[in-house]
Formats: sequence, structure tokens, C-alpha cells
Amino acid sequence: MSLLLKLLAQRIALGLLLLFLVSILIFAGTLILPGDVAQQILGQSATPEALANLREELGVNDPPVQRYFDWLGGLVQGDLGTSLTSGKAITESIGRRLGNTLFLAFWAAIIAVPLAILLGLLAVRYRERWPDKMISAVTLASISVPEFLIAYVAIFFISVRLRWAPSVTTINDSMSLGEKLHTISIPIAVLTLVVLAHMMRMTRAAILNVMQSAYIETAELKGLRMFTIIWKHAFPNSIAPVVNVVMLNLAYLVVGVVVIEVVFTYPGMGQYLVDHVSKRDIPVVQACGLIFAAVYIGMNMIADIVSIVTNPRLRHPK
Amino acid sequence: MSDKLLKVQDLKIGATVYPPGEKPHDIEIVHGVSFQLEKGKVLGLIGESGAGKSTIGLASMAYGRGGVKITGGEVWVNGRDILKSGHGDIRSLRGGEVTYVSQSAAASFNPAKQIMDQVIEAAVVQGKFSKKEAEARAVELFRKLGLPDPENIGNRYPHQVSGGQLQRCMTALALCPEPDLVVFDEPTTALDVTTQIDVLMAIKEAIRDTGVAALYITHDLAVVAQVSDDILVLKMGDMVEYGPVDQIINDPQEDYTKALVSVRSIDHQEKEATPEPVLKVQNITARYKGTNFDVLKNINVELHPGQTLAVVGESGSGKSTLARVITGLLPPKNGTIHFAGRDLSPDLDGRSREDLRELQMIYQMADVAMNPRQTVGTIIGRPLEFYFGLKGAEKRKRIIELLDEIEMGEKFIDRYPAELSGGQKQRVCIARALAAKPKMIICDEVTSALDPLVADGILKLLLDLQKIEDVAYLFITHDLATVKAIADSISVMYQGEVVRYGGKTDVLSPPFDDYTDLLLSSVPEMKLGWLEDVIAHRKMESAGN
Amino acid sequence: MRIPIAALIGLFFTALYFLVAIFAPWVAPYGMAEIVSRDVWLPPSSEFLLGTDNLGRDLLSRMIYGGRTTIFIATAATILSFTTGSVLGFLAAVLGGWADQAMSRFVDLIMSIPSLIFALVVLSVTPVTVPVLIIVMGLLDSTRVYRLARAVAVDINVMDYVEAAKLRGEGRGWIIFREILPNALSPLIAEMGLRFIFMVLFVSTLSFLGLGVQPPQADWGGIVKENADGIVYGIGAALYPAVAIATLAISVNLVADWILNRTTSLKGGRG
Repeated sequence: MSLLLKLLAQRIALGLLLLFLVSILIFAGTLILPGDVAQQILGQSATPEALANLREELGVNDPPVQRYFDWLGGLVQGDLGTSLTSGKAITESIGRRLGNTLFLAFWAAIIAVPLAILLGLLAVRYRERWPDKMISAVTLASISVPEFLIAYVAIFFISVRLRWAPSVTTINDSMSLGEKLHTISIPIAVLTLVVLAHMMRMTRAAILNVMQSAYIETAELKGLRMFTIIWKHAFPNSIAPVVNVVMLNLAYLVVGVVVIEVVFTYPGMGQYLVDHVSKRDIPVVQACGLIFAAVYIGMNMIADIVSIVTNPRLRHPK
Repeated sequence: MSDKLLKVQDLKIGATVYPPGEKPHDIEIVHGVSFQLEKGKVLGLIGESGAGKSTIGLASMAYGRGGVKITGGEVWVNGRDILKSGHGDIRSLRGGEVTYVSQSAAASFNPAKQIMDQVIEAAVVQGKFSKKEAEARAVELFRKLGLPDPENIGNRYPHQVSGGQLQRCMTALALCPEPDLVVFDEPTTALDVTTQIDVLMAIKEAIRDTGVAALYITHDLAVVAQVSDDILVLKMGDMVEYGPVDQIINDPQEDYTKALVSVRSIDHQEKEATPEPVLKVQNITARYKGTNFDVLKNINVELHPGQTLAVVGESGSGKSTLARVITGLLPPKNGTIHFAGRDLSPDLDGRSREDLRELQMIYQMADVAMNPRQTVGTIIGRPLEFYFGLKGAEKRKRIIELLDEIEMGEKFIDRYPAELSGGQKQRVCIARALAAKPKMIICDEVTSALDPLVADGILKLLLDLQKIEDVAYLFITHDLATVKAIADSISVMYQGEVVRYGGKTDVLSPPFDDYTDLLLSSVPEMKLGWLEDVIAHRKMESAGN
Repeated sequence: MRIPIAALIGLFFTALYFLVAIFAPWVAPYGMAEIVSRDVWLPPSSEFLLGTDNLGRDLLSRMIYGGRTTIFIATAATILSFTTGSVLGFLAAVLGGWADQAMSRFVDLIMSIPSLIFALVVLSVTPVTVPVLIIVMGLLDSTRVYRLARAVAVDINVMDYVEAAKLRGEGRGWIIFREILPNALSPLIAEMGLRFIFMVLFVSTLSFLGLGVQPPQADWGGIVKENADGIVYGIGAALYPAVAIATLAISVNLVADWILNRTTSLKGGRG
């Protein structure tokens, strides 16, 4: 057991270290780039006074290391800084938007994950036959088109032509869960489709890999039923690769959300981030970037932890 | 028909192949094979790779691997044609009446489940025994198969036991449901020779004690001769010869069978040692970077010009490491290498082009020893160009000479390695080594990946070339039959040490040290009753001690 | 040599797109930013084959010029990403040791941030111009090429034939260019196709978000953004880029598949 715990501790420590380094990178990324940041933000026509004020506000005059640690210190206490454009605390604005984004991602994941695994199994079961070929053709097509275009195609047909669901998706607290879900049904569908394609392809490959192992043949030659083979022999060995696939793609979902929110003007983190990139509101961009990266790193960490925990060699050392 | 346990009639098997750049199409890989097996008897299926022996074995369980399909014929098990049986009947056949032991037990056990669960699974699912009965039976089988701690070994996971032990567990898995027939598919091929004999004996006794019938599939006629009542010789999906084991071994009728029986019987006379050795390895001790364990301990060997030194040992003996030290890939911790009258630099970078030219190497896997993007001409031509500056017509002439020497000829000059057979690939590697006009060639298990007849051809070629080119071989192998065929002197290695060293006749004559004795007596001989003799002999000796 | 039909279709469309991109000024019926009609979002007619856009410009001409921009940026970024990624990847594999460690860990770090997010962070402080886009996209993506190139080269570097070349006394140049490179080429070229598609999607996404190619320059992502408002009135002008991107991506995919198959078949199909 001790080896297992040691590996887990190492993996978690690595995750934290990565997060720390990413925070440096994001901070430095907005700092070391060429030119005067204040000038970039205000444009060429800015007055010297305005520039000086902004520099003061950005703290450009302090040494970068000190500014980084001030920022990090704030982060640890839940203070993400102040927006340059609105002057509000970022933590407050983000809180509600993060909730909205997670709400959207959650429902997309709830549909996409089981569906992807099911379709992956189906593709393996009917390998090289028409269900498999059809699934792979559809996934190839949907991988070849950017998310926002899939979204507009969906709006065009589902919302405008068929009038089944709205294309603008403002949600608020007074709505019931059902109303909310109906409002965001198109974004959920689009996100599902986008993530599904990748997840399905990778699930198929992962399951196929397990199903081609010699021990599955052994099980078949024991005269076991297909269900027993899958449940008792394939499933325990598929958990780690499939969880890996799911986590990688959920991380992908987090990024997909950014674009989808803009298309549907959905009040989430993604739209907030994109808005403030155009406004060059650096503290907001840093905060959002870090949160997205943290989610991404966290997902990858969970995937690794699952594969460590389910590895029989580590659970039962010699 | 009912007295026959298994009766195979005109069995035809096809497979779908996917050649690149072409449409997938079906080919026939087994062309009408017939045989039968009575209760309690053992039939050996023998042939080289591509003979279709495993495919036929699995067909007796109505199973086709990958794209393999049974396209014609009948397979009768216990009085019914299983190729016409429904799913339910086939399920009770597999794992109930007929069970399977694969070559690689390590891959065939589910890594996520305990051994006991897997061993009793078929017996319980098929309703032959209750879980408790099956477990008791499994422990009994573990004991019978000579596994350590039979009471508890079932609680372990597959990665927690050794390869030889796992192979025995797989045999227990196959015997646990009290089947009528077990298909053994090369069960000892992946094992070291000293482990093989124990597993072989365990299997043989288990077959005898349980009265089960068996199909024993292998490429090694000497092994199958020890366990079979009848033998069926296969070649490229065709039956070559089918008869009682005694007739096949002692009075083979077909040329192909005769060749298989007489394989490894090259007669090679030991040459006299010359005063000045070409290679002198002195006090070599070596370890891999980042470890604190010596894989070679104080090695001393010599090799004389135009002669062959065989370095023999099992996996983990350090024999391949010795080759790496001599080539300079692994600089030793201590010791010197004296070659062709000079001391060699311990690492590769310090060696002159002349050092490198005079010391060539041939690898076990010819497939990966040649750049797949270069033609045979480029592969053989590069050393000519690199060491001798040959170009154009002159180079081509020399390449053709070399191709003739390896009995292949000019027509191969523009072929890619992928277009060659296994034996041809190894020949090209030999030509590449000879192109450098070396004083010595290190041959690292060069025949291990080849079928016996092909391997024989390579050994004969090497011996012929040695006479023509007067080159010395350092021949690394685990196979004692190869050693007997080719060596002038022998060094037996065990756990990083040379345990016995000298001229061939001396090394192979008693009195032996314990390890050499064990090793020598473990090599299967093409002789009926050999296995029993060895085991009886060993029992007697241990009783005497 | 027989070219399979799927690859032929792929080759045809890929070539068509690139030719139209190169000869855009000659192919396009109207100017890129030329307002040709006072009516916006006209339906397709013989005068305007795809109709007009949100400002009354000819949509077909916008699509052709847009394709030129998109394909140019994607190609340039792919070339940058490939040269950087594969040179560093090969170097890491051949050098090994701490140089390999340092580069590989740094790449791990960059890859732990989703590339769109990273790009947004960088673009928040840099001017959004075409060269900046190319550099940001190319360098971010070179991490993926680096990983592949390194993995492929490490695999080849331990092959017996490379060891045989080292034992022969060959120099580092021969080993990289004659032994490793020819065998690494087919996976790298196939990957190049995929990276190119990814770049097309990437630059389109950035432009759509308003952080890529700036108006009045046309590019496929920007055309979607400009005409998105039409969608709710049932005007499909914004959907043409979808068709263009999808056909280009699928065509390049088909070609990449074929190249991968053709070059692996050289090694023979055994095993």
C-alpha cells in the first residue's frame, strides 16, 4: 500500500507544482511581452496622464516578483483582484458566471459521457460493420468543423426553422430547472456533439485495445457469456483508459464552453474572458485563464489518479 | 464414431488479409486437414511458423482468432459436429469439454483478478463443481503441478508469480473443469530450457494422472516426442505426415519430416587453439548505469582466429551484456579487452575506425537490424563505402559477390528488407558484417527467432563463411544444440559469471559442475523416453545425496 | 502507382482550395471589401453567386479572399510549428540527458494550459496582427509536434539498425538524416495534415471571437461573425464558411491518411 500512497502523493504534489508554475507563466505571459502594456491597452492616442494613471493602477512600477507574490497572495485568499474596466472585484463577478459555466458543462457531460461510452461499445461490438463506419464518418465530420459553426448550423435549423428552442440563452435564478434546461438545450446539444466525437473515438480505441488482449480470448475459451466477459474481464481493465479518455475530453469541454458561450451570449466564464480580452482588462484575463487552467490540470490529475488506483500491480505489490 | 473423442475431417480454414494498397481479401490457410484422437491420448501437432497448427488447435474449440474463419470440413467432439452447434452448446464445449493453454500465460491471465478466481471460473460457470469443490480441486492441481505453497498461491495476482509458475497455473486452469480434451499451444516455448523441463514433466504427469486427452502444439519435434502418442506434421496448412510418434521419430517417410528430425545434427569438429588469440577478455566486471548490481563478474575468455567461441546461458545470465561490453556500448567497471594485438578503448567513442571495422555484430532480430527504408544494396554497400571508399561499379561488383556468398544473388540488390523472408534478412545482415572484412563477428542469438530448418541453413552458411573468410565468431546463444553445432570453445554463463569454460569436447564431457549438468540434461533430445530418463536420473541423484 | 479514389478526391479539393487561395484576385468576381449592392443579405443570384453579406459586399468574393487569408495563416503557422517542434524534438531525442529533460518538462508545462486559453491570455496584451497570430499559434502548437517528433525519434533511436550504424562509426549527421529521418517522415507528414486542419479551426475560432484577423480583412471565421446576426432572420450567409472549412479539413484528412498508408506500405505489410 505504501508504494501506492507514495505515487498518489507524488501525483498530487505534481499537480500543485504544475498549478504554481502555470500561475507564474500566466502572470509572466502578460508581463514580458513586447511594448508598453499601458500603451497597448489605451492605444496610441492616450494622454501621458492617462498612461501614468494606468501604469500606477497596474502596478507596473513595482518590481515584477513583488507584484506576482502580491497577486498570488490574493489568489490564495480568494481575492482575484480588481477589474480595470468596471472597477469591481473580480471574485464577485466570476462567482456567478463560474456557476453558470459549470451548469452548462455539467449537463453536457451528463449526456455526452454515457452516450460516448455507449456508442464506443457499439462501435466495438459492430466493428468494421455499418454502425461502426457510420459513427466514425459522423465523428470525422464533426471534428472537421469548428464548434461555433456547428452552433450556428444548430441555431439555423433547430431554433430559426423549427422554433424548438431559443437561440439566446439568458438564464436567471427565477427560472425553474426545466425552464433553464430548455433555454440552454441547443448549447448543450452542440457541446455534447463536439465532445462526443472525440470521446467516442478514443473510447472505441481504448475498449478495442482491452478486447484484443489475450485474457479476453482466455475468457471466451472458457465458454463465458459475452456479458460476463465484458463485465468481469474487460470492465475492470477498461476503467483506467476510459476514465482517462473521459477526463481528457471533459477538459476539452471546458475550452469548448468558451466559444459556445459567445455564440449563445450565455452569461458564463467564457464570455466574460473573451469580452475582457478585447477590452485588454488584464487582471480579469489572468484570473479567468488561471481558473480554466486549474480545471484542466485538475481533470488530468484525476485521470492519472484513477489509473494509479486501478493498477493491480500497484494495488498488490510483489 | 462415438468412441473417438475428437475427429477432424477435411478441415479448411480461411483468413482475411489486409495487404497495404490492395483490397482486403480472403485466403485459405489450412487446406483440408483430417485427424482423430481417442480418449486419454495425446496428439502432437508440429510445424514451422505459418503451418496453421494453432489455428487447427483452436478450431477444435470452434474458435477463430482475429479474421480467421472455418470455411469447410467437420469437427466432431464427443459425437457431434461442433461446427454445426448453436451458441449455447459451444459455450458448454469451451471451458467444459475442451480447454486451452496458451503460449503466453502472462498475457492470458487477467491482470486485475486473483489467480484462483480465474482458475476455477470455467468449472464453476459450466456447473461442473461448486466454488468450494473447484477451489479444493485447484489446490490439488497446484500441488500436482509442483507449484510452491499450493494452498495460498491462488490468492496472488498474476504479476506476483514467475513465468514458469504462471504457465503451470494456466495448466491448472485448463485441467480444473475436468475436460475431456486440452489444447496445449506451445506451452513451454517462452520458458528457459531448465524451466521448460519441469513444466513439461508437470504437464505430462497431469495428463497421465487425469486421463485427459490433449492436442500438443509446438514447433519443437524433440519436445512433442516426449509427450505424444501420435504426431501430425504440418507445413503451410497442408498435412505432411501423420502417424505414431515412434514411426515419425525413428522412421520418417516424407523428406520434410526427415529434415525436421535431423535438424540440429550438424557435425562440427573442434579446431586446435592457436598461440595468439584474436580476442582476450580480461577480468571484466560491468553494471548498468543507475544500478548497484554487477551483471558481469570478473569475466575471462579468449577467442582464437577463425574459430567460434559460444557463450551460452539462460535469460539473465549476462551473455548479451558481455557483447555490449566488447562492442563498447557499455564501458565496463573493471577489466580490459585485448583485440587483434591491441587494447581496445572501453567506450565506443574512443575506438578507431579500424577497431570498429574489424569487430562486427549480427543481431537476433534481423527485422529491426536493417533500416526498412534502405535497399539490400544500400545496406550491404554502406560498409564498403564507409570503410574502403568503394563507389559505383566497383562497389556494385563487391555487393554482388557478397550476395552470392550468402547464396542469394544479384536479383535481391534492389529489394527492401520487408520483401525478404526471415532467413534471407538474416543472410543480408551476415553479408553486411562480412562486407567490413572483419577479424571477428559477434553473433547475438542470430538463429533464435528463426524456424529450425531456416536456422540450420544459417548455421551451415556461417560455418562455410568462416572457412572462406577466416573470421572468428563470438556466438551468443541460449540453445545448446546450436552450441554443439558450431562451437570450438564454450563458455557457460550463469548469473553474470562464467561457470565453465574450455574447448568444446572438454566442456561437454563429464565431470560437470551442477549448473552445466542441469543445463545440458535439460535440452530435449530427439529420442523417445528422454524426459522420463532425465527425471528418473535426477530423482536418483537427489536420493543419493 | 495507383491512387485510391478517396485520396484522389482529397487531393483534388485540397489543390483546388490552395489554387483559389493563390489566385484569389483573378478568381474573385468582385473586390474583397467592395460594396456591390445597397441591399444586404441578398439571396444567391446569377450576379452574386452566393448573394451579398451584411454590408452588401459580394459573399463569394469575401469567401475567396477569406479563404486566402485563412489558408495563408494556417500554412505559415503550420510551417513554424513544424520546424520548431520537429527540430527541437529530434534534438531532444538524440541529445538525451538534461537537455531532453529541460525541454520536455517545459513543453509539459505549456501543454497543461489549453491552447485557446493561452492564446487569449497572450492576445490580451499583444497587438492582434497577422504576424503575431502566426507566431502565437505556431509556437503554441509546436509543443504537440515536439512531443510527436521526440517520441518517434526516441523509438527509432533504440532500434538495432541505428545501433549498427553507431557501431560502424557513423557520425551524428548520418544517423539523424539517413537512419532516423526517413523512418520518422511518414508519421510526421500525416501529423502535418492534422496540424494544418487544427490551425484552420484555430484561426477561424480566434477571428470569430474578434481576436483574430481584423476587419475589413476577410477570413472564414470573421465572415461568420459578420453575418451571424442574419441567422435569426433565417439568412444562411454565415453558414458558407462551415461548408468551406469542413470540405477543406476532410480533404486534407484524406490526403494525410493516404500518405501515411503509402509510406508504411513501403515497409511491407508483414506483422
